[in-house]
Amino acid sequence: MKAPGGGNPLEWLEDRLGLEPVLKLVEKKTVPIHRHTIWYYLGGMTLFLFVTQVVTGILLLLYYRPSSDTAYESVQFIMGQVSFGWLVRSIHSWSANLMIGTLFIHMFSVFLTKAYRPPRELTWISGAFLLFLALTFGFSGYLLPWNKVSFFATRVGTQIAGVVPGIGTFLLRFLRGGDDVTGATLTRFYGFHVAILPALTTVFLGVHVWLVQKQGMSLPPGEDERRMKTMKFIPNFLLRDAMGWLLALGLLAALSALFPWELGQKADPFAPAPAGIKPEWYFLFLFQTLKYIPAKVAFIDGDVLGVLVIGAAAALWVFVPFLDRQAARGEKSPAFTAIGWALIVYIVGMTLVGYFT
Amino acid sequence: MEPTREDAMPRRNFVDYLLGTSLGMVVAAIFYPIARFLVPPRIAESSQLNVVAAKAAELKPNSGKVFPFGAEPAIVIQTPGGEIRAFSAVCTHLGCTVQYRDDLQQIWCACHDGHYDLYGKNIGGPPPQPLTKLTANTRGDEIIVSKG
Repeated sequence: MKAPGGGNPLEWLEDRLGLEPVLKLVEKKTVPIHRHTIWYYLGGMTLFLFVTQVVTGILLLLYYRPSSDTAYESVQFIMGQVSFGWLVRSIHSWSANLMIGTLFIHMFSVFLTKAYRPPRELTWISGAFLLFLALTFGFSGYLLPWNKVSFFATRVGTQIAGVVPGIGTFLLRFLRGGDDVTGATLTRFYGFHVAILPALTTVFLGVHVWLVQKQGMSLPPGEDERRMKTMKFIPNFLLRDAMGWLLALGLLAALSALFPWELGQKADPFAPAPAGIKPEWYFLFLFQTLKYIPAKVAFIDGDVLGVLVIGAAAALWVFVPFLDRQAARGEKSPAFTAIGWALIVYIVGMTLVGYFT
Repeated sequence: MEPTREDAMPRRNFVDYLLGTSLGMVVAAIFYPIARFLVPPRIAESSQLNVVAAKAAELKPNSGKVFPFGAEPAIVIQTPGGEIRAFSAVCTHLGCTVQYRDDLQQIWCACHDGHYDLYGKNIGGPPPQPLTKLTANTRGDEIIVSKG
């Protein structure tokens, strides 16, 4: 094959794209080998599950109808009539849950190995925003089948946004597209789920992954760079990554075949909430926290206090790289290690309590 | 003759073959469901469709009414002579929905000026075939239309 004007087509492309620096970067990129190397795979795993979400999500769009009259029926149609529809929807749901799981593990492994130290502050911050985006993805996607459980989960979730002092009422009406959870809410959540959140995620994910490429892998404190063994990113690390992805794909297929995602009953805005209603597991620790706060603490309403504390904790979490001064100086920061473990214990504990009560 | 070591498939090629076919299977296992998912399922058509097309009183002589018949529009007409007939309202030319023209006493398709007589026969313009006939019965004060 000749390129336009003759000559080697690869050179022709290279002249226009100038990919040499990228190829050099890829060639030079290495991954350090030490006892914490395994945690380096969690980010790539989360990315793989996200790509699975994009692909299955696009497929579901072809049949899904976002209105209160048709949403439930269209998901029923996908599950019952469309070839492999049950598989595509179940993979979408399972992969969403696994992705939030790997995201949490990724985040805490980064936190405990203090990988947010300079110069990687922005990588941490963009990652924190990606977590918030993922949770919003989960919350908005949950409503889309328009079943009873999702209807009430949305009512409760948006009600919580409604207690934020000052802007609560605005926030609640903005999220619901009105005063109540109705078909207008469904249309709105659909818009968030398939357009706004993907657009934001593309930006934050782009920054996040670019920074990782630019700065390379972070070494945990105490590991000596000069005596460190490394492996090449391509092909050694990427092939190991790919093996993990293959296993994840197999797990998704198995979970979807053995436990296809339930559809439940169609939402009825005039029916009472079903007994034992709970949010998805990744919101359980927050749900449980709100449950334990008394109705009135001093002069503040309990739910207002809960929302303020959770909001403040989330904000502090984003700015961890600037709070952990010791780690920034390359010293040990046992206080932050303790905070990390305490948080893990708290989240796991509260999730289990919420799940089994 | 026993194959010599040189004749046999080298181990590396064998492993490559296994890897290649496994990879091929994985790719097929991903794309086969996707390809099948993309093809919309056939929705079973009810053969026992009975539809109330109109109230007998609302359909005057020399008039017609388009109504939903399953997934498609159909038309019920009352001829100037008082007979009630029903047809598919899908024009046989390019699929527009036909209507009744009381001035012409014909069924007419507005898209490309197609004309059908009161038996659904194509008599003018581009339609290549007559309209599909349906069965219309009056039961009480309702006109019931069914297939056939």
